[in-house]
Amino acid sequence: MFNRDRWNEIIEALTANWFRTLLTAFGVFWGIFILVILLAAGKGLENGVKRGFGDIATNTMFMWTQVASKPYKGLPKGRRYNFKIGDVSSIREKVPGLRYISPRNQLGGFGGTNNVIRGLNAGAFNVYGDYPEIINQDPITITSGRFINYGDIDNNRKVAVIGEGVKKELFKFGEEPIGEYIKIQGVSFMVIGTYMKKSNNGDREQGQKEIFVPFTSFSQAFNRADNVGWMAITAEDDNSITNLKKSIIDVVKTNHTIHPEDNRAVGNFDLYEEFSKINGLFIALRGVAYFVGTLVLLSGIIGISNIMLIVVKERTKEIGIRRALGASPWSVRGQILLESIFLTIISGMTGIAVSTGVIFLVNKLLEGMPASDETMFANPSVDLTVVFVALLILISSGLLAGLIPAQVAIRTKPIDALRAD
Amino acid sequence: MIEIKDLHKSYQMGSNSLHVLKGINFNVKEGELVAIMGSSGSGKSTLLNILGMLDEADTGSYFLDNIPIKDLNEKIAARYRNKFLGFIFQSFNLINYKNALDNVAMPLYYQGIKRKERTDKALHYLEKVGLADWATHLPNELSGGQKQRVAIARALASEPKVLLADEPTGALDTKTSYEVMELIQGINDEGKTILIVTHEEDIAHMSKRIVNLKDGLIIDDGIVEQVRANSYV
Repeated sequence: MFNRDRWNEIIEALTANWFRTLLTAFGVFWGIFILVILLAAGKGLENGVKRGFGDIATNTMFMWTQVASKPYKGLPKGRRYNFKIGDVSSIREKVPGLRYISPRNQLGGFGGTNNVIRGLNAGAFNVYGDYPEIINQDPITITSGRFINYGDIDNNRKVAVIGEGVKKELFKFGEEPIGEYIKIQGVSFMVIGTYMKKSNNGDREQGQKEIFVPFTSFSQAFNRADNVGWMAITAEDDNSITNLKKSIIDVVKTNHTIHPEDNRAVGNFDLYEEFSKINGLFIALRGVAYFVGTLVLLSGIIGISNIMLIVVKERTKEIGIRRALGASPWSVRGQILLESIFLTIISGMTGIAVSTGVIFLVNKLLEGMPASDETMFANPSVDLTVVFVALLILISSGLLAGLIPAQVAIRTKPIDALRAD
Repeated sequence: MIEIKDLHKSYQMGSNSLHVLKGINFNVKEGELVAIMGSSGSGKSTLLNILGMLDEADTGSYFLDNIPIKDLNEKIAARYRNKFLGFIFQSFNLINYKNALDNVAMPLYYQGIKRKERTDKALHYLEKVGLADWATHLPNELSGGQKQRVAIARALASEPKVLLADEPTGALDTKTSYEVMELIQGINDEGKTILIVTHEEDIAHMSKRIVNLKDGLIIDDGIVEQVRANSYV
């Protein structure tokens, strides 16, 4: 294979008719070009959509209480109930494979009235009573100070981590908020940190106007006793929350004497399920890209096969001479196969190079544009695996393209080949 | 060198079977220069093709240098052709995109000889046929006689046991024909066994033995007084 003479022969044979070789090569070039571009475009769309999720832990479900819709054990329907802090420990006990369980209480909300005051400034913000783990589930970037820790939880410290948006409204420009006090519904909390939120599902502005305080001091300050408003539960990476969801809800139902078939009592949102749906969409998209790309490539390969047949036909006599001089069938076959593989790989590699060039340009262009949340397209790319897969497809298709012509070259007896004109 | 017994060959032409060789018995000793004569259709080319392992006989035995030549697959046939035989064709059959030197070196390539050695050997045989100065020329830059001499050099390059020439002068004018025959006689003088198929009387008489074929049978086989080709010039 790495024989200089053999390669000389291949180059000689392919350069004998430049224009024809070029046209043939274009078929494969185009096929692989389309394949790579399609895959990259799919990836770009995927990146764009997934950017919307930010860094949020996707293997997560959210759970809140609703109204019991079925009577059970003497209790009427239409009954309200609250999660208790005890639910957290009983879920942790009875459902293995969970990573984080973060209970949360909340003040304020959309359209709420002013609830936070500092001096003459006031604003309406969401105030959350949280455990420190929440930062791993719905990540925020701490821009100064620190986030809540277990010291704050254990000692019921009245401390608060405020968003950059909160800081802008309550503090003067350039003023250092850390160590200052803010009044949340009349209770003073000391600011210990500020944050920026990464995730932006179209509520980037809203995301910066939140205040996090320790769960325990929140309950104490706002008379929540051991009630829990809301829970964010993340499963370990090797479990899916979708599979664990039922057993978690069952635990809660048992704890609160809710009918086992009451599907409305526990409100929940399974982020993983949504994420899986989107993921499935992109897998399907990738499948389509491979399908279309490979078919286009196939037509290119048929072109190569076709031209190799013509080449073999043209060289019937030459092949006859070679065989009279002692060329074995395999050496003739190998020659044709190598020519076809060589042509496929060269044109295919050019296709890959040009398409990655195009992707590079598109990336440059996208970088130049301001990143807005509405752009559902980011960073189109192909990874090395794709390139290797493409290379594999090329080599095997080159072989395939050469197979029939090589067989035709062998089939003619040397004596007939010599007689041919 | 060559022993042939009761060789039969027929071709299938549509529904008709054409019996071309009807029992050929024929021996060639080492160093002979044999001319096979016959009108067209007498089966002389078929005989040569069978001798050259380009075609296979239906029945009969063929020994080349005491090696039985039968039931060959293409791979072994190719090896035997390369090792034992050198071909000279009427239409030269040079590869037209390769220069004279590369054409001569081709059988050596299939013997797996290294490039350097191959070039040296090929150049040696080109010198022998008097075309060393034309080594880098393509076939279409050579005259007919020169092409046939390149072909002869190519046939010699693999140092075969037997040279098989199918109408080697068929495409050449008389003067060039004699030049080529002179070269062939010279090679025979060095001890090489050569078989020539021809239908030209004068060419046949430059051999040492004439075998006459008619309708697939040998009708005449005799030693002749060799006419030296250079006596014409």
